[in-house]
Amino acid sequence: MKHAGMTSIVQNTTRLVAGFIAVFAVYIALTGHLSPGGGFAGGVILAAAAALVLLAFGGRRTQAVLSEGTCHVVDAAGALGFVAIALGGLGAGVFFANFLPLGELHRFASGGTIALANLAILVKVGAGLVGVLLALAVYGTARYVAAERARGESPDPFLEI
Amino acid sequence: MGIELLVVALLVFMLIAALVAVETSDLLSAVISIGAAGFALSAIDLLVGAPDLAITQLVFEVIALVLLLCVVLTRRDTSVTQPRDALRTGVALLACGVVLVIVFFAVGGTDGRGALPPFGDPVLNHGPGAVVSPGVSAEYLARGARETGAANAVMAVLLDYRAYDTLGEATIIFVSILGAYAILRRVGRRAAARKEEAAP
Repeated sequence: MKHAGMTSIVQNTTRLVAGFIAVFAVYIALTGHLSPGGGFAGGVILAAAAALVLLAFGGRRTQAVLSEGTCHVVDAAGALGFVAIALGGLGAGVFFANFLPLGELHRFASGGTIALANLAILVKVGAGLVGVLLALAVYGTARYVAAERARGESPDPFLEI
Repeated sequence: MGIELLVVALLVFMLIAALVAVETSDLLSAVISIGAAGFALSAIDLLVGAPDLAITQLVFEVIALVLLLCVVLTRRDTSVTQPRDALRTGVALLACGVVLVIVFFAVGGTDGRGALPPFGDPVLNHGPGAVVSPGVSAEYLARGARETGAANAVMAVLLDYRAYDTLGEATIIFVSILGAYAILRRVGRRAAARKEEAAP
């Protein structure tokens, strides 16, 4: 039985931390209209959480939970959501018009469509980057392990994911 | 003035890091130098008052560094055996010098007589041809909060005034991710079709 990913110290720390990083990513995205941040930054932070899980548990175990295909569907859904917000503006007059009530400044419920657009971009960028990371991890290590085997060497068990 | 000096120092640091990344024979050092240049860039973003950009740059730099490190460590190809010749390094340094001189004359000091506007007073403050004053940038700041309801002026511009540009940005990311999926597909469509034909 080959060991997958890193040591149990890293794995347990990841179990503790990864969820908080993901929540922080959502926070950064949803308060983009109040403080520095936004959908792009949130999406990249979400991808960082996924990279942590990937490194700690290995590509195969991560893929069992979340596959590239799922990521791709969610990615496309986020993109469609952003376009839907733009089309909603078109329904109210102009493409990308801010058709929702603007609300009170400095409150969470303000900015009209901006928070929704940030959410769509978070989903889009996050799912897209996570999917690419998954694809890269699985593709790269599969190629490397196969090449090592072909040369008659036993590959590093750390990479056997 | 203090911020300008800091920015210039960081820019010089980035130049040196980029040169090291190109010229070093050790792949690991090259990757770390690229990372150093990226972190310096996010520090510059913070200094000139663009925290939104700094956050994204910083996190993305970490992910890119981890990815590149994984590639370098997996390949185990830590050295380029061919030694670098001094001529190439000399030419690279000379090119950097020429670029620096051109930039110096283009900026033309900080009094705004050069091709570039003075530091801290961007072209958008004045509108096209510096005729309209205040320009669109001042308008965004003055009316953004009232018209969009967003306290963060960056988001007011990014997702309301210039949302169409952001749609283009999102499209670029979407297409590049599609390309990555296409390249990283483990079984090509033709190979899969051939396998299916052979199976029954």
